[in-house]
Amino acid sequence: MASWVSDSLIEPWQLIAEQQAAQNIEGQYGATASFIGSMRDFSDRTDIKKMVLEHYPAMTSRYLEKLEDTARQRWPLLNCLIVHRVGEVHPGDAIVVIACWSAHRRAALDACDWLIEELKYKAPFWKKEFTDDGGHWVSGNTDGH
Amino acid sequence: MLSSNFKLAETINQMSIQVKFFASLREKLGQSDMELTAATTAQDAWNQATQNKPVPDNLLVAINLDYAKLDTPLQDGDEVAFFPPVTGG
Repeated sequence: MASWVSDSLIEPWQLIAEQQAAQNIEGQYGATASFIGSMRDFSDRTDIKKMVLEHYPAMTSRYLEKLEDTARQRWPLLNCLIVHRVGEVHPGDAIVVIACWSAHRRAALDACDWLIEELKYKAPFWKKEFTDDGGHWVSGNTDGH
Repeated sequence: MLSSNFKLAETINQMSIQVKFFASLREKLGQSDMELTAATTAQDAWNQATQNKPVPDNLLVAINLDYAKLDTPLQDGDEVAFFPPVTGG
């Protein structure tokens, strides 16, 4: 189990592979579910050049750990990974990586789904998008569709 | 002697409340953090820290890193944070 915030570029597939190798659970898991959120170059505005992600460091660490603990209590997870970017990101960069390992697919899929939705609505991160006209704070997350 | 005792009492009764603002709220208010020497609730801390600015719609409040409400009482040493809806992920 691991969760952290990164202020530099993250490589989602590498992080997932490393987390899987670190736990020594070969043969125990039958399902791995993952979610990777990446930056688009459009939202309500077009031509977004970059984005800056601010957070509340002490609360973020505590909140991500709490999410992991709750997911482990609700589903029989063998391993779990949550990594979130802060600082300056560009279109195509990964913003968040979540992965869940379990014996069966339903637990892995449901835990991964629950974790990203909880994170999006409660973890203290804020996005500011930059176009040629300047910076604009993103006002709220969409309903996921 | 009497006045110095009063000063001592004031020092003992003084609280330390850390107030933090994030994201668009930090920019709008032009400050990221401040210290108050007394505050009864999160609302009271907001009023003092912003000189009674109206509370924005959808304001979120955290006390000691956990979500709280504006009427939650504060204690000496508490950290109260005010921020807009979160937009991570």
